[in-house]
Amino acid sequence: MSKKVAVYRREHFNAAHRLYNPQWDDATNDAVFGKCNNPNFHGHNYELEVKVSGIPDVQTGYVMDMKLLSDLIKEHVLEVFDHRNLNKDVSYFEKLNPTAENIAVVIYEILRKQLHKKFDLQVRLYETPRNFVEYPAS
Amino acid sequence: MVYLTRLEHFNAAHKLYNPKWSAEKNEAVFGKCANENWHGHNYELFVTIKGEVDEDTGFLFDVKKLSELIKVHVIDQLDHKNLNMDVAFMKDQMCSTENLVKAIWQQLAPHLPAAVKLHCLKLYETPRIYVEYFGE
Repeated sequence: MSKKVAVYRREHFNAAHRLYNPQWDDATNDAVFGKCNNPNFHGHNYELEVKVSGIPDVQTGYVMDMKLLSDLIKEHVLEVFDHRNLNKDVSYFEKLNPTAENIAVVIYEILRKQLHKKFDLQVRLYETPRNFVEYPAS
Repeated sequence: MVYLTRLEHFNAAHKLYNPKWSAEKNEAVFGKCANENWHGHNYELFVTIKGEVDEDTGFLFDVKKLSELIKVHVIDQLDHKNLNMDVAFMKDQMCSTENLVKAIWQQLAPHLPAAVKLHCLKLYETPRIYVEYFGE
């Protein structure tokens, strides 16, 4: 029987963005992305849930220190994303459309590098209270 | 007297930046909110009206009509927009939540029928920050 336990940390940031594919003309971008293609950007309050799974340490009882997880998210994600324009200010999206899907994958890749390989990681990102994505898909 | 509330939502980009000030002063006063390239929010708008209940309909006001008025005069103007650049009724104003709620009141109040009064607007900028305005 697996003794893995999942721990979750919830954080939030807000940002402006625009959905736009530079390989398409304006009409195609409008047709596909609609209002999300507004040239002057729009924005969201993003809610981020980070799930880390592992076997609790015998000495501490922790899967991992939640303060440490919080600090990792703050330093590597929130400091880079919060109160920014995802298209213009965040280098990960220089050539990548900042959809919720792509943002979740980017955040996963950032945090994966910071976490020991013994941990499983999953990222859930709410773009609005009603739209959210998960990566990796379970 | 009955109070009725309709909840709507929109999202938008904005920045807090006073063009009369230097970049340094804007940064000192508004911090991250002054980011040159904008940031954004999911806004939640609670519109509360008040009045007497109509005997024939049992309604204070048809909520579908209220929703339509909010949609045409407020949501269509703000949703997926840049508040500083795209919204005529925020032109030459600081795009703070406080100023936005007052501007929304101006947009909405004239379109309600005489028997219905706008009582309160509650505007959430984030799940943790909101303002209320009673038209005073």
